[in-house]
Amino acid sequence: MKIDQFKTRSKVRTISDHLVTSLAVIATALVVTPLVAIFIYLVYKGASSLNFAFFTQVPKPVGEPGGGMANAILGSGILLGLASCIGVPIGISGGIYLAEFGRGTKLANAVRFTADVLNGVPSIVMGVAIYALIVNPQKHYSAFSGGVALGIMMIPTVCRTTEEMLLMVPHAVREAALGLGVPNWRSVLSITLKTASPGVITGCMLAFARVAGETAPLIFTALGNQFWSTSLNQPIAALPLQIYVYAISPYDDWHRLAWAGALVLIILIVLAVSLVRYVTSRGVLKGAS
Amino acid sequence: MVLCAFSIFGIVILIAWQLILRSQLAWDKFGMSFFYQVFTDSYTQQKLYWDPVNEHFSALPFVFGTLVSSFLALLLAVPLAVGLAIFLTEMCPRALRGPLAFLTELLAAIPSVIYGLWAVFVLVPLLREHVNPLLIRSLGWTGLFGDDNPTGLGFVAAGVILAIMILPIISSLTREVMTAVPHSQREAVLALGATRWEMIRMAVLRNARIGIVGAIILGLGRALGETMAVTMVIGNSPEIHHSLLANGSTMASVIANEYAEASADMHLSALTEIGLALFIVTIIVNALAQLLVWAVTRGAPRQAH
Repeated sequence: MKIDQFKTRSKVRTISDHLVTSLAVIATALVVTPLVAIFIYLVYKGASSLNFAFFTQVPKPVGEPGGGMANAILGSGILLGLASCIGVPIGISGGIYLAEFGRGTKLANAVRFTADVLNGVPSIVMGVAIYALIVNPQKHYSAFSGGVALGIMMIPTVCRTTEEMLLMVPHAVREAALGLGVPNWRSVLSITLKTASPGVITGCMLAFARVAGETAPLIFTALGNQFWSTSLNQPIAALPLQIYVYAISPYDDWHRLAWAGALVLIILIVLAVSLVRYVTSRGVLKGAS
Repeated sequence: MVLCAFSIFGIVILIAWQLILRSQLAWDKFGMSFFYQVFTDSYTQQKLYWDPVNEHFSALPFVFGTLVSSFLALLLAVPLAVGLAIFLTEMCPRALRGPLAFLTELLAAIPSVIYGLWAVFVLVPLLREHVNPLLIRSLGWTGLFGDDNPTGLGFVAAGVILAIMILPIISSLTREVMTAVPHSQREAVLALGATRWEMIRMAVLRNARIGIVGAIILGLGRALGETMAVTMVIGNSPEIHHSLLANGSTMASVIANEYAEASADMHLSALTEIGLALFIVTIIVNALAQLLVWAVTRGAPRQAH
């Protein structure tokens, strides 16, 4: 190869290298921009409309200024409490099975695979299934059906994070317990699970935060409610549902409340995600090895 | 424990069984033609797809809407997501990597209804005032960007918000499969005198391509089933237009809009059948994606040693 050909070739290579580098930087900037824009806009709009009444009052009728989302916050709390009662115990037990008893077996692999696939099933489909299963036989919308829908959605997430956290516990810990003559089930419950508990708890919080923002499965299970309601047998208000209804309404005052609700929801979720990241990155679990 | 683990199988079977049971009515009446039939309005002689009052049900406009909005989203999201993953794994200074990864993780955790809220009040006005006129002026001749919808809602708005929502999923999985490529491969290519881009192309992308395809398919699965944000910006009309700026409707959005208000059995049954179709499609898409990602992240490190 002639020397000038070589020079042009290497120049082309250097330029294409720089080109791709700058493209990657531009892509990163383009990804970060909407996120920052969403957050700034949310905080700006939400903070200006968040006040004490938001947390203490129920929605006012259309046309009257003021009012809050106290019933929606309470409703979300009830729904999430119910969902956790279903999702957390089943999810954790499933995770323990995957990590401790069924490790490496074909059955456990199938369960793991199904859990991952179930995680990707659209939440609206879950809503339709729960409608068919609970709302239709009961002949009315209820908080109970909404809670069940959210609870079922929690199971795969909790199950998979529990498994991952348990697998992070070093083998030496298990062997030490077994070496002392502790039966296997006891070692799993009071040694492995206990060592992994910070991770398992944050995993549950992550699932909690995920379903806290779910709207689609609630539209035709919990339905929403303009008034105070704590009965599990009645339609109940929920924060994301209220945000949805207010956002597509034509009233400025309702838009304001939607932004405030969105800010409250996002603060809850950011807290949960940061906590998870803090626990997993600090290596609370790895410290045991 | 075993029982709890098996409850996951139980849930899948229960969902499938309920959906099949409740969609029986529509299935018996229309069969497979539910997904492609076209009705004609007896007064205006125009095409008609979805008319609950006269019991005309065809899922065609919703299938069309779901496909168009999802592919639009993939078109926008894939280059950005792969670029971000390349930047984060291969180029990023160590100090920036943590915060950037955290930011994308947060993007994944924002509820869909909040994306929808933002899209309704920020994205749609932006598109209406600035982007759509530009698209019509520069690309109007293709026929894809018609000038007949002044609201700013429509497929473009839905595609953009979907792209923002599936970006973090695609990019975090791409990053995972890229880090699974063994270091010795990178070092070998670099030792032969390759530039960084050549190293990325030859060592990283070539080895991770199956996993990246898996990540993209997983993103597609999310986009197909995404409900709230799309419902809020797509305009919700059961029609088929060739303009991307026209109003449309997706399978998920029609369920979200009409299910709670449907009273006729046939209407409910038709909506449930759309839900069943969505369930089956997302299960297939997700299973495929999961298998591809597993093939890379599991096989690669073992081969390296």
